[in-house]
Amino acid sequence: MNKLRETLREAIVEAGVKDGMTISFHHHLRNGDYVLNMVLEEIAALGIHDLTVNASSIFDVHEPIIEHLKNKVVTGLEVNYMGGKVGRAITEGIMEKPVIFRSHGGRAGDMENGSSKVDVAFIAAPCADDMGNLSGKYGPSACGSMGYAFSDAMYADKVVAVTDHLEAYPLADVSIPEGYVDMVVCVDKIGEASRIVSGTTRITKDPVGLRIAYLAAQVVKHSGYLKDGFSFQTGAGGASLAVAKYVEEMMEKEHIQGSFCMGGITGYLVSMMKKGLFKTILDVQCFDMEAIESIRDNANHQEISATRYASPQAKSCAVDSLDVVILGATQVDLDFNVNVHTDSQGYIMGGSGGHCDTAAGSKLSIVVAPLIRARLPLIVDEVLCKSTPGETVDVIVTQRGIAVNPKRTELKELLVKAGLPVKEIKELKEIAEAITGVPQQVKPEGRVVAKVLYRDGVEIDTIKSVK
Amino acid sequence: MRRTMLFLPGNTPNMLINGDVLGADSIILDLEDAVSPDEKDAARILVRNALKYQKAETCETIIRINPTESGFWMKDLDEVIPYKPHLIMPTKVDSAQVVQKVSAYIAEVEARHGMEVGKIGILPLIETALGVEQAFQIASADPRVVGLFLGGEDLTADLQCKRTKEGKEIFYSRSRIVCAARACGIEAYDTPFTDVEDSEGLVKDTKLAKSLGFSGKAVISPRHVETVNELFSPTQADIEYAHDVMDAIEEGKRQGKGVISLRGKMIDAPIVKRAQQVLEMELQMLGGVSIE
Repeated sequence: MNKLRETLREAIVEAGVKDGMTISFHHHLRNGDYVLNMVLEEIAALGIHDLTVNASSIFDVHEPIIEHLKNKVVTGLEVNYMGGKVGRAITEGIMEKPVIFRSHGGRAGDMENGSSKVDVAFIAAPCADDMGNLSGKYGPSACGSMGYAFSDAMYADKVVAVTDHLEAYPLADVSIPEGYVDMVVCVDKIGEASRIVSGTTRITKDPVGLRIAYLAAQVVKHSGYLKDGFSFQTGAGGASLAVAKYVEEMMEKEHIQGSFCMGGITGYLVSMMKKGLFKTILDVQCFDMEAIESIRDNANHQEISATRYASPQAKSCAVDSLDVVILGATQVDLDFNVNVHTDSQGYIMGGSGGHCDTAAGSKLSIVVAPLIRARLPLIVDEVLCKSTPGETVDVIVTQRGIAVNPKRTELKELLVKAGLPVKEIKELKEIAEAITGVPQQVKPEGRVVAKVLYRDGVEIDTIKSVK
Repeated sequence: MRRTMLFLPGNTPNMLINGDVLGADSIILDLEDAVSPDEKDAARILVRNALKYQKAETCETIIRINPTESGFWMKDLDEVIPYKPHLIMPTKVDSAQVVQKVSAYIAEVEARHGMEVGKIGILPLIETALGVEQAFQIASADPRVVGLFLGGEDLTADLQCKRTKEGKEIFYSRSRIVCAARACGIEAYDTPFTDVEDSEGLVKDTKLAKSLGFSGKAVISPRHVETVNELFSPTQADIEYAHDVMDAIEEGKRQGKGVISLRGKMIDAPIVKRAQQVLEMELQMLGGVSIE
């Protein structure tokens, strides 16, 4: 049996890609990904139209897809996250069919239960053998974990692996095994290494960001969850890392032995594990070189699939065991609903990713954000897009105070008792508006350009075009 | 309580808007060295607006104005005084007359706006050899003066010596400032440590300042606030001892004792005074007292 194909075109033709089909991609190569553009270019050249692209995320590097949308090569788009460049074109109404937004857990879950069907999955693989054993840990385009690609491999009718680093069979340390893979194509380059991961991720130096992080860490400390067995998720952004830094200091001081950490894995979390502050890292995605080295070398640094991470269809998933998660927001409303899909003007510039999954699963979800951003208050009467429902958001931390979801009375009492600046969410809104004034309401009223599905697959909100 | 006084350039809106949440006891909105001459107007307007919107419930606001020999200082005061900053910091103060001149003009602006005259304090910045030698006269120049603040950078230029991290060259000036301030019953504040990255150096320099008798220290980076606050705060042991002192006094009064002792040591007036200061700081650190 020979799975190796000479060219991408050969594999596309053999996989049977036809008008109206759904093809899928993962986003582990982030802004350095060449594969999605490469595949769509071949498909366009083959004269195929009316495809749905199900990509776990679309980044700015995927801007060429806009041409394929215009030319109707692609007429459907399903994502968990979308960067600002493509997001702008979508919001301005370039597509007829609304984009489907899912969460990371929701995407995996919908593939598992069959409600999201993929005909052909194209899996960028930093390392592969000729029978289709795949890994993200080695090769010039290494990305570490390949967590989001597992469900594509398992549930797509046909699976094409695209690599730039072929090793002799059998590949050691396999992430996705050959049993799922139909064909392997070796190309010159699947990505730009410097854009796949950052060299190092740094803690913010912005004093306001540090203040917010400090307060968030105090919330963690006084919530009662910071004790032996503690589990924690934080993002790779500078402010999220600053929370990790403060949490690290507290864990060291109080000799707390945590259980696991998750999230965009960075060198910072790796060093916390090495110090013994966490037993394990559950890694669905690596964000820097240190994380990639660690997942390669340290058995306690485990690669997990999106299903294991957050699928609500699974019998259990890791977010269900998570104590504390630190999350971001572009807007929060008085009911604690959070927007991470659009900016304040209504333009798409993000998506849930694991936002609503971790908020729902964790025992304590903390949203950190500056109270005023570019002269606009964070807190609004009604978010432009309900990405994460307020019922699952416990605390909002800003530089001028902390709002606790009224559902969590016991938590509020603990934080007040600790002397933290706890305020009503309405009060925070008023503080911001005292400085900025009450901004004019922006409410896009065009046709629906995107549907936002909650992690269980039910539509939670829509995004309308900006005229 | 001014353990930390954080300098914020008067022409950076984001810092001005958020200055009061960075943990410093006081913020110094700077119209002087941080602002180039062609930006003085813009900075004045920004600082005025920051004062207007900031409630500063937990943080004192100080405005550093331009020197009296510049053409800017009166305009500075015209803009900011109506919005009631807590303190004005005149710069390059080298005589009692400078303080009196600034105080008189503040009074004029206060009166012009129907404000109570004399409510706004003055914290003179001493940063010349003459200023150091005149420290006592400056400290006692006007009832508005709440303390003396030493500026080490300009001072060493005037002394014609090199500014070092160890600070031997300003040892005399530091001691002189503390002594003059204490002689007048007011506070003394130390020059900032200017290497933002050197946290070890910051700790050393702050400990030195505290040991010399300073009440607090200016900082030029928000990242220095926590360290300086911590080092100028009473320790838990200090606080407990202060409570014990006050308890012993209460107990002594109840028993009608003339001489009261604690842990085998007589409690005299300085010990009581120190205990009261510690408890006052404890209260402020808990956020119990707002700044007048």
